[in-house]
Amino acid sequence: MYATMLRIRRAEERARELYAAGRIPGFIHLSIGQEAVAAGVCAPLQRDDYLLSTHRGHGHLIAKGGSLRGFMAELYGKATGCCKGKGGSMHIADASVGYLGANGVLTSGCVLAPGVGQSIQMRGTDQVAVTIFGDGAANRGPFHEGVNLAALWKVPVVFVCENNFWASTTAHDLSTAGGSIAARAAGYGIPGATVDGNDALAVYLAMESAVARARAGEGPSLIEARTVRFMGHFEGDPQGYRSRGEVEGGRQRDPIARLRAHLEEAKLLDAAHAARVAAAVEAEVQDAVDFAESSPLPAPEDALQDLFVHYPWSD
Amino acid sequence: MPVLDFGDALNLALREEMRRDPRVYCIGEDIVLGVPFGVTKGLAEEFGPARVRNAPISEAAIVGSAMGAAITGLVPVVDMHFADFVTCAMDEVANQIAKSRYMFGGQISCPLTLRMPYGIGKSAGGHHSNSVEAWFVNIPGLKVCIPSTPADARGLLKTAIRDPDPVLIFEHRGLYRVTGEVPEAETLVPLGLADVKRRGIDVTVIATARMVGESLAAADRLAGEGISVEVVDPRSLVPLDREGLAASVRKTHRVVIAEEGPMRGSVGAWLAWVIMEACFDDLDAPIARVAGPNIPIPFSPPLEAFATPGAADVVDAIRRVVK
Ligand SMILES: Cc1ncc(C[n+]2csc(CCOP(=O)(O)OP(=O)(O)O)c2C)c(N)n1
Repeated sequence: MYATMLRIRRAEERARELYAAGRIPGFIHLSIGQEAVAAGVCAPLQRDDYLLSTHRGHGHLIAKGGSLRGFMAELYGKATGCCKGKGGSMHIADASVGYLGANGVLTSGCVLAPGVGQSIQMRGTDQVAVTIFGDGAANRGPFHEGVNLAALWKVPVVFVCENNFWASTTAHDLSTAGGSIAARAAGYGIPGATVDGNDALAVYLAMESAVARARAGEGPSLIEARTVRFMGHFEGDPQGYRSRGEVEGGRQRDPIARLRAHLEEAKLLDAAHAARVAAAVEAEVQDAVDFAESSPLPAPEDALQDLFVHYPWSD
Repeated sequence: MPVLDFGDALNLALREEMRRDPRVYCIGEDIVLGVPFGVTKGLAEEFGPARVRNAPISEAAIVGSAMGAAITGLVPVVDMHFADFVTCAMDEVANQIAKSRYMFGGQISCPLTLRMPYGIGKSAGGHHSNSVEAWFVNIPGLKVCIPSTPADARGLLKTAIRDPDPVLIFEHRGLYRVTGEVPEAETLVPLGLADVKRRGIDVTVIATARMVGESLAAADRLAGEGISVEVVDPRSLVPLDREGLAASVRKTHRVVIAEEGPMRGSVGAWLAWVIMEACFDDLDAPIARVAGPNIPIPFSPPLEAFATPGAADVVDAIRRVVK
């Protein structure tokens, strides 16, 4: 988990620089500060488990084991990106690791996930489906439709609310009634748990039991992981809506430093080992950037490909 | 050949496909009893509630979950109850299903069928009567078919289910009890293949769904006046059999396009452009169109009748182009 979090952090920090340098088009929504959620959620998952994510999904993709090269090249809009440049940051998917897509439409994962769970159930495998969404997203109707359906069908789905207390510029308290998203689980008769989303181990433990429950055929759960986003809503966001102090406070609880301290205390990590991990991550991220930089852009007429299996003429 | 009604032909298609492929399942509101149009009647007895799934009134979750299932190995057939209600799942159809393969660079396949009971009739009113196929023809990434006979309904639905991409099948609810011959043998109707429903030499009427029957009635009426009408049914709008339509126009040199949906921004407008582009030099008269007025479908019978294009409108349009 430590290496995963570092990989996410460094990949996003590099993406940030590259975006500022004009190498990456479009919008990017960074999850810097929220890495513990991605790492904790994905750690108990197998490669063939499914993950449905959000517009802020870089970390989730990386934690699920998605290709860093495919990721970076996709941000660049290159032909070698894992979606051949058709998806970009907000719609990136890597089906080879069960990552069924970031999503530009908030909350959509909540209604797709019960169907993924149903397919698992009907195919008789022991996979699970996880969907991650923001606290803002939890206020859209599809959240309720999706949780209700999953609970009704008892499908192996874990709903994870990544609560960073902001929906773009709107504070949690101004948008979310009831104070707790996890508490909504009670209305659907499923377990709901709130965890410290800056503590990777806490997320991992909550997730482990939700996944075990799902695999055992006992149905869905809802986890609310409370965290802090260090950056703006999107890159370039002036963040006039919140105080510096809030982010500073969050940085005091940096999930990466926190896990490192914990591992060091438990004598599972020392400075030399940490340096080796950091160097390996650095090399991987650099390789991904080099790959993206040196990859070709798609040919314009490739825009007509991939619409259908048949009828490539896109009528 | 056995004679079946349109609804039973669809039921037969579902039954055949569910027997053939255990991944196929149906989902929708009240489908166990086959409410409201009887298409799914009896399927639950044969295939059980897991494969004939009554869902809560949660259109977004019905359509969204179908996509989730489709991209991970199942083959859902969604019953939209009334096509008008698709607006409650429009994100799922327009943003998720339609774009999944493309945005993800071809990694994800979404083999899903949306059954769209639609159309005017019986004073069902503004939330139950509209012809909305044009909305979906305008969304890249969806295939759209629209049968007019029981045989086509069965053949197109079977093709839709086997198709690796999302297909919407528009089932006009005024056709459910219309009967026709359906081949004994299992027959697939390919997408993108128009069918000539009646041969003629003076004018081509391109018509869809209920308007095919209205156009055939118009053709009967005009036969007495010595006007020979060819009626062509595109059967699938995406993909479209441009060549099939053009071939008829090159023979008759005159075109009427008949549909039930509103005139503005419609499928017919698109078809007119397709014909114009392919056959401009062959046309001896401007293309005429029959379509519904640009209003939601009203409730009161006289108002509804006003909003319902029929054989008389097709006759008028044909007279305009052949005079
Ligand atoms: C259906 C929909 N409505 C609005 C938006 C625009 N939008 C993108 S991100 C965002 C805020 C999301 O907040 P939250 O769900 O809390 O996630 P976070 O950005 O905090 O990770 C909004 C309103 C959207 N992408 N989709």
